[in-house]
Amino acid sequence: MKITLNIWRQANAKAKGALERYHLSDVSEDMSFLEALDMLNEQLTAENKEPVAFDHDCREGICGMCGVVINGSAHGRYSSAVPTTTCQLHMRSFADGAEITVEPWRAGGFPLIKDLVVDRSAFDRIIQAGGFISANTGSAPEAHSVPAPKLESDRAFDNATCIGCGACVASCPNGSAMLFTAAKITHLAMLPQGQPERYSRVKSMIAQHDHEGFGGCTNIGECASVCPKQIPLESIAQLNRDLMKSLFRREGK
Amino acid sequence: MTTTAPASKTSVTEQSDPALAYYRLGDEISDTKAPDVPIDKMWPTRQFQAKLVNPANRRKLTVIIVGTGLAGGAAAATLGEAGYNVLNFCYQDSPRRAHSIAAQGGINAAKNYRNDNDSVQRLFYDTVKGGDYRARETNVYRLASVSANIIDQCVAQGVPFAREYGGLLDTRSFGGVQVQRTFYARGQTGQQLLIGAYQALERQIAAGTVKMYARHEMVEVIVADGKARGIVTRNMVTGAVESWFADAVVLATGGYGNVFFLSTNAMGCNVTASWRAHRKGAYFGNPCYTQIHPTCIPVHGDTQSKLTLMSESLRNDGRIWVPKKAEDCTKDPRQIPEADRDYYLERIYPAFGNLVPRDIASRQAKNMCDEGRGVGPAITERDLDGNVREVRRGVYLDFSDAINRLGQPAVAGRYGNLFDMYLQITGENPYETPMRIYPAVHYTMGGLWVDYDLQSSIPGLYVAGEANFSDHGANRLGASALMQGLADGYFVLPNTINDYLAAAPFSKVDATHPAAVEALESAKARIEKLLSIQGDRSVDSFHKELGTIMWEYCGMERTAEGLQIAIDRIRALKEEFWTNVRVTGVNEDFNQALERAGRVADFMELGELMCIDALHRRESCGGHFRAESQTEEGEALRHDDEFAYVAAWEYGGETGPVLHKEPLEYKFIELKQRSYK
Amino acid sequence: MVSLVATQTLTVHQKAVRSSVAMKALMAVTGIILILFLLMHMWGNLKAFIGAEAYDHYAEWLKSDILYPLVPKGWFIWIFRVFMVASIVLHMFSAYVLTMRSRAGRGRYQRTERRAQTFAARTMRWGGVILLALLLFHLGQFTIKWFVTGFTATSTPYEAIVLTFQQWYMVVLYALFVGTVCLHVRHGVWSALTTLGANSSPKARRVLNITAVFVAGLLFVGFMAMPIAVLLGGIK
Repeated sequence: MKITLNIWRQANAKAKGALERYHLSDVSEDMSFLEALDMLNEQLTAENKEPVAFDHDCREGICGMCGVVINGSAHGRYSSAVPTTTCQLHMRSFADGAEITVEPWRAGGFPLIKDLVVDRSAFDRIIQAGGFISANTGSAPEAHSVPAPKLESDRAFDNATCIGCGACVASCPNGSAMLFTAAKITHLAMLPQGQPERYSRVKSMIAQHDHEGFGGCTNIGECASVCPKQIPLESIAQLNRDLMKSLFRREGK
Repeated sequence: MTTTAPASKTSVTEQSDPALAYYRLGDEISDTKAPDVPIDKMWPTRQFQAKLVNPANRRKLTVIIVGTGLAGGAAAATLGEAGYNVLNFCYQDSPRRAHSIAAQGGINAAKNYRNDNDSVQRLFYDTVKGGDYRARETNVYRLASVSANIIDQCVAQGVPFAREYGGLLDTRSFGGVQVQRTFYARGQTGQQLLIGAYQALERQIAAGTVKMYARHEMVEVIVADGKARGIVTRNMVTGAVESWFADAVVLATGGYGNVFFLSTNAMGCNVTASWRAHRKGAYFGNPCYTQIHPTCIPVHGDTQSKLTLMSESLRNDGRIWVPKKAEDCTKDPRQIPEADRDYYLERIYPAFGNLVPRDIASRQAKNMCDEGRGVGPAITERDLDGNVREVRRGVYLDFSDAINRLGQPAVAGRYGNLFDMYLQITGENPYETPMRIYPAVHYTMGGLWVDYDLQSSIPGLYVAGEANFSDHGANRLGASALMQGLADGYFVLPNTINDYLAAAPFSKVDATHPAAVEALESAKARIEKLLSIQGDRSVDSFHKELGTIMWEYCGMERTAEGLQIAIDRIRALKEEFWTNVRVTGVNEDFNQALERAGRVADFMELGELMCIDALHRRESCGGHFRAESQTEEGEALRHDDEFAYVAAWEYGGETGPVLHKEPLEYKFIELKQRSYK
Repeated sequence: MVSLVATQTLTVHQKAVRSSVAMKALMAVTGIILILFLLMHMWGNLKAFIGAEAYDHYAEWLKSDILYPLVPKGWFIWIFRVFMVASIVLHMFSAYVLTMRSRAGRGRYQRTERRAQTFAARTMRWGGVILLALLLFHLGQFTIKWFVTGFTATSTPYEAIVLTFQQWYMVVLYALFVGTVCLHVRHGVWSALTTLGANSSPKARRVLNITAVFVAGLLFVGFMAMPIAVLLGGIK
């Protein structure tokens, strides 16, 4: 198949960027979207032009490193029949002759580095603010000393599957990272081990979230609809509940 | 360079060794750190004997850790908690992306929660046996004995392991062992364990004990006055090449499966950190031991960039077959009658059937395809003599029996996520048509040689996780990689590195030290060289060619003849690389072509060493199958009299590598030939 | 950025109090107050169907009798007005702060496709501004009587509505007004309840969305029944 790609090219954070148009032929429908970008880069290298910079690593949908906005939806989610990361989107999702627009994640909290690459270190700092359970190595009690009810444990797991790719932020009309933050809050809040720090955690993580320049949530649901790991919108409600409770508690005061 | 004639197939020990043309034999080495006490007392004794660092002195000592996977992330967090000043580096944009995250199956631990006769002793035995008796007993015993602590630690961190309705942890049996000792978190155990370690690491970053440098690639190690004292990194955003200094350096940089170009590793996984250390004096242990995983999604064509593994658990209910007749290979598999199908694993190994170990399942799939009975798209290949042929690389993994027996909902309950993944990647529905699978490179048991303390042959340079060679011998059991990474990171390294650091502070080393100047300048010169060649071929084209050579000659089945061809080809390729590679752009920028170029250059040197190692080991063991060394039934044949040693290779530059043998002594487990018939 | 964004000198608790989540909760609570008011207002309007006397008596009761003799006659309406104005101001204030933050936070794409966002959600901010303008018109017309539409300053409340809604364009204007309110309420009810944590499961999400559509629909029908009845001659 043949495709036309309109790709955002921008030399660095300060430079002015623009969409550039490229044509690719002999694209196989079994190729992943990133393999099509590889193909383009080989073509550009042969023409002695600079390849397109894009982040990617595991290419099996789990590391969370890849992510671009394809035809206006994060990870090309709306081109795909199932929830997906960019690396697991395959060219069979597009028609022969398709014109595909590719842009980087755009959000106040994700400054651009180059072309399709952005800086997502704000996510790490949100985790640093409290997205953990304080248990030094060696201090752990026997694993079976505290049973964890299965239903809550499963809910913790559903939220722990977040891969930190940033699609939620990229798709949010408010540039909010609430779904990412809520996934971690809910993961740890659903486990007995997470209880001691539960209410101080939610305060400090939200404070950091806002500090990073992410917007607030207006319950639109765009984030959950593009999330490759299907973190549910309910997690944000859990975060809201925990934060409001925390405001009336002494922890973290 | 000369090549000798192919060896006869009769008896390995009588052969002349064609590898002798490629290497020199050095002195034997041994591990000096494991105390000479009964094996169950060894680790406590070593912990007691190790010199300690006063808590007040720890913050004055700096430890560099490269890598943030299970081993690196866990070690950085733990040393940070202990109060050391830790500098942690990774090439990804966040420590949470390390490729440990992709492990699916689970993590072994000798908890015996199932009351099914499991014990430290049994996990120890299974691991040594699974490694085909090429692992060091002392290390493996320790691994088994700390395994239970790992589960405790992870649960305390909030890792959401699978649980039963009573709220207690669920376990399953995995990888052909007969006890249920594998803890798991659906099909994403690696992700959950890594996120646990990552959160512990982020906590230490917030506490200020660990400084994190993401998007920094280690390009050189600084060895000053005989000790590892720092590293040189390239900032992958700005291109700045910088030196960092410390009292000890830990490499936790993962495996080197990407030497095959196509593997289940992440695109960025590389050998550069290990290889740079090797060039500075760290011995490389057993580089040829590669694990090939049998249940991966086959290659779709020339533009394939990586392979995707599907959990081995599929073999519990799926039946593997190929058509009996080559002319059936292009037919719709549902149209091939039962009588014309060859369930070859069930036929050859009636006792274990589809559940034979990974290496056997992989090799038999290759044999079927070599016979011309593979299925799926035809791929163009070149054989030993350079002839081009079309081969179908795939075998069927059929669930129709299981669906008939259990019903589709039950099968979906067990494997639904894997079926969805297969559908997403191939566009074929495995509920309706058999899956196609083919083996792919998955894990490398080889790595930098370390002693019982995880210290390499360079004092002060420690190696943890998949990057070291130690615990899996010639083949790794399923669900043991996660166990080893976390054992090294949480429990072993933090209890051994203090023995070395107790002698610190060492003499001051800074940017003016000749070793530091040399390391920085050589790193810069190499980058300049790569950018200045401006040839005609892209970095990827070299990497693909290297991968093709390695897969063909140093893959599932290796021969003396093939390996010598491979060495010649790699050498020629390396020469072409350094005169004809095209790296676009400049250093002072985010330049992914330059990143890859440095990695591929190191992969080529490693590939050559792997072939030499594979050539010199004239036996079959674990993941290393030499066609010349097999039983009459075509099974792997070890030669314990001659090859019961670790091959630790010293870098020898232009004159070729130097082999140091570390003899393996089996005091606690009896050596036996594996049999799965 | 608005100065309320957390700064380093604040404690974590203070930052949490000023966080977007707390701000949203403020918007949700004030929004719910306004919706409750609307429901009450709608109920009162339906008195017009009973007749002029009932309607005028109800209007008089609102202005003077409520809470009497706990407070002097006529006090309640002012207490109530202050309370409503405070709710509206706080609602607008939180909307303004959050809008400014999300403006700074959001990215601008060359091409955007949305799937989850409803039309109601997309029009919340501009819809809110339009509502403010229409509200001022509505208050100027019926409460303060800065201008009159077909009635006189001395008309009874009943006369005022009947004379107004006998003009078809006033009915159209109010249909637009109420429609805009209902659109705002459609996302507002769902969002407020979610913000306050009610969205606890996929089932709860469905219930909340149905509730939101129901409340919006109820308001539209309830508010428009009287003007349409006037226009069609059912109420004279």
